[in-house]
Amino acid sequence: MLTEGEIRTFIQGAVHYFEVSARQPVAVGSPYLVTDGVPSVHEYTGIIGISGKRKGAVCFTAPRSMLMVLLMRMNETDTSEDNMKDLIGEVANTISGNARRDFGREFVISVPTVVASDNGKFNSPVASRAFVIPLNWRTHSAKLIVCLE
Amino acid sequence: MNAVKPLKLMIVDDSNIIRRRIERSQQIDRLQVVGAAGNGREALELFRRTDPDVVTMDLTMPEMDGVECVEKLVALKPALLILVVSALADKATAVEAIARGANGFLCKPFTDRQLNDALAELLQDA
Repeated sequence: MLTEGEIRTFIQGAVHYFEVSARQPVAVGSPYLVTDGVPSVHEYTGIIGISGKRKGAVCFTAPRSMLMVLLMRMNETDTSEDNMKDLIGEVANTISGNARRDFGREFVISVPTVVASDNGKFNSPVASRAFVIPLNWRTHSAKLIVCLE
Repeated sequence: MNAVKPLKLMIVDDSNIIRRRIERSQQIDRLQVVGAAGNGREALELFRRTDPDVVTMDLTMPEMDGVECVEKLVALKPALLILVVSALADKATAVEAIARGANGFLCKPFTDRQLNDALAELLQDA
């Protein structure tokens, strides 16, 4: 389970990522605990496995249309499928890595795993329920999903 | 008039977007990008082929991580200048990277200005 302060760490990570990389703010919706089933995901999901003192996963999931604009904001002209997958993994990696500022180095992060499927559900590697942090950027919606023991 | 000798830059990151971003954004006249690698093992191979003077190094990578790669590169070329560019934002990681031989640390995400400032600082003594 996550504390309020820990949720704030991930919100700050997402806000900081968009401020710096997209040079446009992201609007954060009210975080919620998934109490029934598992959270749905968008077309692309970057998953970071967490080990060490905490166990679980941090995921960033977004639609293709959002990633396309995000790449353009980063002055990246290559909007190929490979770069979409690269970007979704890099966002998840950056937000997870930045969380070590508060969690410390015992918050061990994996290299990203990327899933490209809009029919998917996020299946947590641990028994804890997932927290979803809704993110709205321009006209697009994405989610940061955090599930930690 | 003495021309300033160009310095060869190798970029190491498992993200193609970040590799391209660093190549595109770095504006230090003395630096010439000689290649990019996606993990530590590829970086060692590229190092042998290109003999770079400066390296930007990610830490979390498959095959061989950045800390191990820093150590191996410094053993091969002690004068190599290494800027770690990583999302790992805890102080202990930065301290360890420096202890293993890196010369600077830039946290992701970064602006173009932050990248160029970090590279300029790295090159002050070169």
